[in-house]
Amino acid sequence: MKVLVIAEHDNISLKSSTLQVVSAARKLGNEIQLLVAGHDCAAVAEQASHVEGVGRVLVCDHESLAHQLAEAVAPLVIQLGSNAAAILAAASTNGKNLLPRVAAMLDVAQISEVMAIIDASTFVRPIYAGNVLATVQSSDPVKVATVRTSSFAAAQIVAEACAVETVEPRSSQTQSCFVSASHSTSTRPELGSARVVIAGGRGLGSAENFHLLDQVADKLGAAIGASRAAVDAGYVSNDLQVGQTGKIVAPELYIAVGISGAIQHLAGMKDSKVIVAINKDPEAAIFQVADYGLVADLFTALPELAAAL
Amino acid sequence: MKIVVAVKRTLDAYVKVRIRQDRSNVDLASAKMAMNPFCEIAVEAAVRLKEAGVATEIVVVSVGSDKVQEQLRGAMALGADRGVHVQADDELESLNIAKLLRAVVEKEQPSLVLLGKQAIDSDNNQVGQMLAALCNYPQATFASRIAIADGQATVAREVDGGEQVVKVTLPAIITTDLRLNEPRYAKLPEIMKAKKKPVEVLTPAQLGVTLRQHLKLVEVNDPPPRKAGVRVGSVQELVAKLKNEAKVIA
Repeated sequence: MKVLVIAEHDNISLKSSTLQVVSAARKLGNEIQLLVAGHDCAAVAEQASHVEGVGRVLVCDHESLAHQLAEAVAPLVIQLGSNAAAILAAASTNGKNLLPRVAAMLDVAQISEVMAIIDASTFVRPIYAGNVLATVQSSDPVKVATVRTSSFAAAQIVAEACAVETVEPRSSQTQSCFVSASHSTSTRPELGSARVVIAGGRGLGSAENFHLLDQVADKLGAAIGASRAAVDAGYVSNDLQVGQTGKIVAPELYIAVGISGAIQHLAGMKDSKVIVAINKDPEAAIFQVADYGLVADLFTALPELAAAL
Repeated sequence: MKIVVAVKRTLDAYVKVRIRQDRSNVDLASAKMAMNPFCEIAVEAAVRLKEAGVATEIVVVSVGSDKVQEQLRGAMALGADRGVHVQADDELESLNIAKLLRAVVEKEQPSLVLLGKQAIDSDNNQVGQMLAALCNYPQATFASRIAIADGQATVAREVDGGEQVVKVTLPAIITTDLRLNEPRYAKLPEIMKAKKKPVEVLTPAQLGVTLRQHLKLVEVNDPPPRKAGVRVGSVQELVAKLKNEAKVIA
């Protein structure tokens, strides 16, 4: 059974979320093809060829795919995947933008944020912000699904490379075009795949105070996250937001600092292995999901923590 | 310029969802319902475009049982001019909703269709993109800023790692993210006026759409509960527990 996986990348490197999608794909078929659609993306294709379990990398390198706009990528996915048993992508903003368009063009349903694969047509996915898990069964010939990457282990990188095949772009489109992008630059690990995440909330009080998290993050090699309240208050940019409407993370260790624990935030981190909450309000909802709760003033606790690590 | 806005009736965002005892589905009997928050943002975006003189007419559409007319009236109280109610089950799949909306789009011929990026019940995040595919329109999803000029929409999108700005040729589909705007509250005189605004009721058959089931809901479950945690008295104790008990730091 062929499964087409859409690689997550920025034309420079393969995002680690792709490795988790490949793991999910291996539960659905034995012929995994990994599509790298982009421009000047040869390095990505090379990395993709070393992912364990991938039988073939399909690389479509064209100017029109530089920004992976759905209007340009969807026809290519249809061309390569209409005869597949499944088409998968990470439940990233890219995957969520692309796959519903692909599914509608194939006249099939799309299954969002798959957390578990029961069999080739039965999937578990979160609804109501993860407060309910729904088991759904698809009767479509092609299963088109986005994968919640934190629910699957990453496929290994192996020394041996699989075949890399070049694919010609399907068509050019003029309906949409890229204007600009602003990406936050950080030397820290990626929020979605970090082993440790330290996240701050409105309790931090200001953008300057948010840097109090840096010292602890440096010591732990952690990614920095934020609650929606902190983002809305303008302390940090929205790409750091953890929650139902932000990133869903499940690190080994999640440290929530000055975060009250709104349902919307919990939906984004409650599958973390170990949760630590530091909050001065002993009644904060975050303590209900925390393995270790410390009722303390974060302005004294954070420097102490940095010193103790 | 005409705008079509699609809205969904969902469980109120502040109500805790319960599942039925037989786990066949969630229990919405007598639950408080409301307009999906992302759809409210889409309505607000349309109203602001009309106030700015960019749009001339706003048509609000909802698919579902007769109760969705409450949400249509709500949208008209906020500034939509008229409503279209497509009669169907409350729990249609995204693709079926998209097919019904395409038929409405073909009938209304708007320059722009605005939808919330996802509904807070099914959390699918699909209908806008599917509608774009079926209409063969460009899509600008997860919008945090919208500017319309010269037959094009320039849209800032909230994407992983930052922001992406795209330009789409109208007619186009835009789905709205949280930071696009803060929806207003309806004022009483507007609520009264909305009661007199026209609502057209249509069936899938009248729209020439055949609905087809692709997905079956097997069961619903509560997520596995986390085991109860402990309170620690100091940072030192916390660090010791993380090292020796949880073994997540060295």
